[in-house]
Order: sequence, then C-alpha cells, then structure tokens
Amino acid sequence: MELAKEKMLELYRTMFKIREFEETVAVLFRQGKIPGWLHCCTGQEAVATGACAALRKGDYITSTHRGHGHLIAKGADVKKMMAELFGKKTGYNKGKGGSMHIADFSIGILGANGVVGAGIPIATGAGISIKRKKEDRVVLCFFGEGAGNRGTFHEGINLASTWNLAVVYLMENNLYAVSTHQSRVQKTTDIAARAGAYDIPGISVDGNDVLAVYNTVKRFAERARRGEGPALIECRTYRWHGHYEGDPLNYRSTEELEEWKKKDPISRFKKVLLMKNILSEERDRQIKDELKNKIAMAIKFAEESPYPEKEGALQDVFCELV
Amino acid sequence: MREITYAQAITEALYEEMTRDEDVIVYGEDVGIYGGPFKATRGLQERFGNQRVMDTPISETTIVGSAVGAAMTGSRPVVEIMHDAFLGICMDEIANQAAKMHYMTGGQIKVPLVIRTPRLGGEQQAAAQHTARPEAWFLHVPGLKIAIPSTPSDAKGLLKTAVRDNNPVVFFEHVLLYNKKGEIPQGEYTISFGKANIIREGNDVTLLATSLMVHKALIAVQQLEKENISVELIDPRTLVPFDKATLINSVKKTGKLVIATEECKTGSVAAEICAFVVEEAFDYLDAPPKRVCGLDVPLPFSPPLESFSVPNEEDIVQAIQQVLR
Ligand SMILES: Cc1ncc(C[n+]2csc(CCOP(=O)(O)OP(=O)(O)O)c2C)c(N)n1
Repeated sequence: MELAKEKMLELYRTMFKIREFEETVAVLFRQGKIPGWLHCCTGQEAVATGACAALRKGDYITSTHRGHGHLIAKGADVKKMMAELFGKKTGYNKGKGGSMHIADFSIGILGANGVVGAGIPIATGAGISIKRKKEDRVVLCFFGEGAGNRGTFHEGINLASTWNLAVVYLMENNLYAVSTHQSRVQKTTDIAARAGAYDIPGISVDGNDVLAVYNTVKRFAERARRGEGPALIECRTYRWHGHYEGDPLNYRSTEELEEWKKKDPISRFKKVLLMKNILSEERDRQIKDELKNKIAMAIKFAEESPYPEKEGALQDVFCELV
Repeated sequence: MREITYAQAITEALYEEMTRDEDVIVYGEDVGIYGGPFKATRGLQERFGNQRVMDTPISETTIVGSAVGAAMTGSRPVVEIMHDAFLGICMDEIANQAAKMHYMTGGQIKVPLVIRTPRLGGEQQAAAQHTARPEAWFLHVPGLKIAIPSTPSDAKGLLKTAVRDNNPVVFFEHVLLYNKKGEIPQGEYTISFGKANIIREGNDVTLLATSLMVHKALIAVQQLEKENISVELIDPRTLVPFDKATLINSVKKTGKLVIATEECKTGSVAAEICAFVVEEAFDYLDAPPKRVCGLDVPLPFSPPLESFSVPNEEDIVQAIQQVLR
C-alpha cells in the first residue's frame, strides 16, 4: 500500500533532522563544546526513521550508544537532547547521562545504552510487562550487528520467542563494530538462519531504503501486536563517520565509504519524492531551512542553559520510597 | 634512561613475553588490526600474526570463559576487556571459574590467565555505564591476583610478572595514564607482585595511593612540602598480594594514614586497607585513618557533576591536614 503524501514527507523530514543533528553535533564535539564521546549515525538515518514511523506513540524502543537517530525518530525533543549532550541541567537526564544514556520515558524511549547488547533482554522484559498487562503495545529493540554476537542476543530472543512476546528485534548492520568487520567475527550473516534457531521470522532489508524499513517493521510490529510473537529484522546500512568522533579509521577504505555514500538514504528518497511530485526543489529547501533552524535553536537552548549544581550528583541514586 | 609511555610499556611487555613464550596469546575486542582501543596492543598482530593476536566478537563472557579454558590446557592467554566497567559482564567466568579452579580441583588445574582492562574513571565524561572503578569486586574473591600500576615502568614490569604467573590476574590499566611518559629500566626486568613502591619517604603522615591517584597524590605531596609537611607516599602496585609490611612499617613511623583511591568509598579497597591497619597497627595510630575516595554514586556525565564525584589532589591535601590537626 502506498503511503500518504504527508507521511512520506514526514519520513524525509525526520531523516534530514537526524542528519542535521549528527553533522552539527560532530562539529560541536570537535570544537570541544560537547564533552565525553560521540557516536554518530550519519548514513544510517533511514533505519531509525523507517522503523519508528511504523510504531505508535505508546510503543517502546530500546536504543544503543549510537542512539540519536532512534530518539529523534521516536519523537524526542532535540532541545533537551542537545542540552543533555552539553551536560546541562535542562537536558533529558539533567546532565547525568550524556549522549549514551538519553531516555524519554514519556514517549516510550527506555533509553540509549552504553553497554552493547544490553538493550536486548531489556526489550524482552518490556515484552513481559506488555503481555502481563495485556497492553496494546510493542517493543522495538535496536542493536548493532556487533551486539548480535553477545550472549544477550541469544538469551533475549530465545526467551521472547518461547514466551511469545511482542518484541521486534532490529539489527542495524553497519558492517563494523568499532574496527571489526562483521565477516571477521560472524560466520553466517544470514539473518533468517539465525531467526530460524528461535522459530521466528527473520528478514533482511536494505537499511538505506526508508520505505523498505518502514514496511517491514510495520508488518512485524503489527504481527507482534496481534500476539503472534517476535521477529528479527536486519537492516543493512553503513556508518559514514568513525565509530566515535576522533576514530583514526585505519580499518576501512575511503573507496568503501564513497560506494556507500552513493547509496545515501536521504538523496535516494528525495529522488523518489521528486519523481512522485510530492516534493519540489523549492519545498526541499524550505524543509531543510526549517530543520536547520530547529537544530540551531536547540544549540542556542543548550548553550544558554545552566550546568547542574554539583551537589545534584548525590541525587537520584535511589528514588523516593513512594 | 629511556622514556616511553604507559601504553608503550604495555605493548613492550606483551611483545617480550610473546617472544619468550609461544604459548602466550593475546585476544579481545579490537586488539588486532586496530591496535587496541587505546593503542596498547599496537603492532602485535603484525608481528605475531592472527593466530596469536586475535580480534574477537563482542562477547565478554566468552572472551574470559574461553581464556579460562585455554589457560587450563596449556595456553597463556592475555585477554582484554575494553573497560573495567564491563568486567561485570564476565563476572562468573572471573570469580566463579578462573578464581576457583585451582582450589576446587585440589590443585590439579592451573589457570595462567591475565585480564587486562583499561579504566576510564573521571575527567573523561564517559558516564555511568563506562565507569566503575571496580577493583574491590575482585579483592573479595579468593584466588585472584590484582595489579594496578601507576607508571610505565611498573606497568611493564608487573605485566611481565602477570604473564608468567600461573594464577589468574586482573590487571587494571588507566586510560588517563596511557599517554604519560616515564623512565624505564634498560633490558629485561620484572617487578614482583606484593612489593610496594615507596615513592617518597616522609615522617609526618603515610599516604597510600593507587593508579591515577598516585599522580594526584604527588601533586598534593609537593604542595604540602611547602607547608613543611613531610609525606611518605606509597604505591602498593598490587592489591593481591598486598605488601602489608611496608605499609604497617610506615604507619608505625608516621602514626597517621590517608588512603587515596578512585573507587566509591563504601566497600572499597581503601576500606579493607583501613581495616587491617586498624587491626594490626592500632597502637601506633595517632589519629583515625582517612579515606579519600569517590562519592557513592554512579559517575555522572556532566563535567561539574563528574568532578564533584571523583577525588582530586585538593581532597588529599585537606585529608592530610585533617589527620595532622
Ligand atoms: C558489552 C560491551 N562491550 C564493548 C563495548 C565497547 N563498544 C562500544 S560500541 C562497540 C561496537 C558496537 O558495534 P555494533 O553493536 O555493531 O554497533 P555500532 O557501533 O556499529 O553502531 C563496542 C565494542 C561496549 N560498549 N559494551
């Protein structure tokens, strides 16, 4: 079924918003304005965008260390994200978390996660609550192909399949875990073969094709919502930046990067939209200006926000008793 | 004397031990082609090939678990867990497998295993899940040795000893020390476990510090010197075995003890040291011992929160002034 024009434009907007966010924070990081580490998802925007567009507001996601795209796509406020990246009091986590730990419980974001593969059993657990409480929700669990080599992958998916939980496991395969190419640490890259071990559907899609991601996640999220159990989706994509900003990148070639840049999910989708007369060059410029402005406002907000008072470090270790 | 960085010292130790003994193998995440996340294994794969220096999947449980099995059967693995905060992922393999194997089997089986792990700690905004400063977790497990070097020369000498030891060793390195340079002895040398280093002799107070805190302690010591306070600075270098004699002798001389470690204060290595000094040298103490440690919180990200949560040289100065009051 063909998507409504507005929905298509929304996908395009979201992808560009993520791109603009990532490219901007990478610069701010180099300027020393963002402390800590930064893992950008530039080049992978279609995965987060297509996947989250297939969810409802009440659905849950678990994210990763490379989570900005997932969060933006799920509807997170870029102002509060930016403030968190700056370590400001107005950030999502009051400055306690930073890039790798942003959460917005109010829209189902159970958190980015600093520990690779840790989100997989957490997503499974959210599936347990949904089932117990007979809620009309699903969980979408983002993780990288590198995370797929952790024991949590096997244990988390095995349990979800055995207990028939409403979780969609989405492996975002950008080929590298830090410096390590998938082929050097995984003998089978056939996702259906892996899924077969748990007797759940396993499907691989072009992760740079936002509509393919959307349609696939939609299909399996609705299937899970109907109580038909989990699925495993692989989205094949590529990260344009280093593993982290500052990565010496001595493990891959610029030719490989250039090949993947030709498959840029944003310009690809733009062509589709132009062809279908959903977008014009004029409208494209407007959209981009709007979003650039939005990100610029987020930076302003972050820069003008105060740092937390240092004593705040002692708060939130435990929650109140009631 | 030659000067090299702490990271180079690690590489040299591994290089020499791998050359000496072909059963020594090195593996972990990104230790091969990449040369380690902090460049501490740079060039090893080129030199020794990918049968002795292996990049692994992201599988901490199996990195350590398989290293236990390999160590039981004639290999001498040196594995890397990318940050010490991730040691929890392979805690069963460390605490329940590696540590107990020799004892449980009535002394039949040996586990000559080294787990190297870079610490992030404070000042890097690595946030809660990448930081733990967890040496006390391991202190509580009989059967594990623990090394925690603060200088390039100690890092090299202790790592060589660790590789030759037939027991499992948890080896804490520090990301903020990797680029620090230091003098290194010429030629082949090792440093025995259980031998503290008296970095400065002094008479007024004993200051025991580990890892990065040794460097902060040195700054504090210099500052206190201007106030004519003479500090005896001791780096234990290994926590298991621990050189009690050197510390107790120093406390007998000074009558005062301050311990500076990066860990959360509660249930810390510093707590254990306090406990045995009180037990064994109570009569010599002129003041209660003092601990300068991190706050009992997960490390927060934001710079002002983070720096408030980790101990610094100023905290050491104040603690010493207090015990001397
Ligand atoms: C359990 C664990 N081991 C190691 C790390 C260090 N680390 C951070 S990201 C990463 C690579 C992750 O690869 P992948 O899951 O494919 O995600 P990507 O970075 O490609 O998005 C590693 C090894 C970690 N954070 N957690």
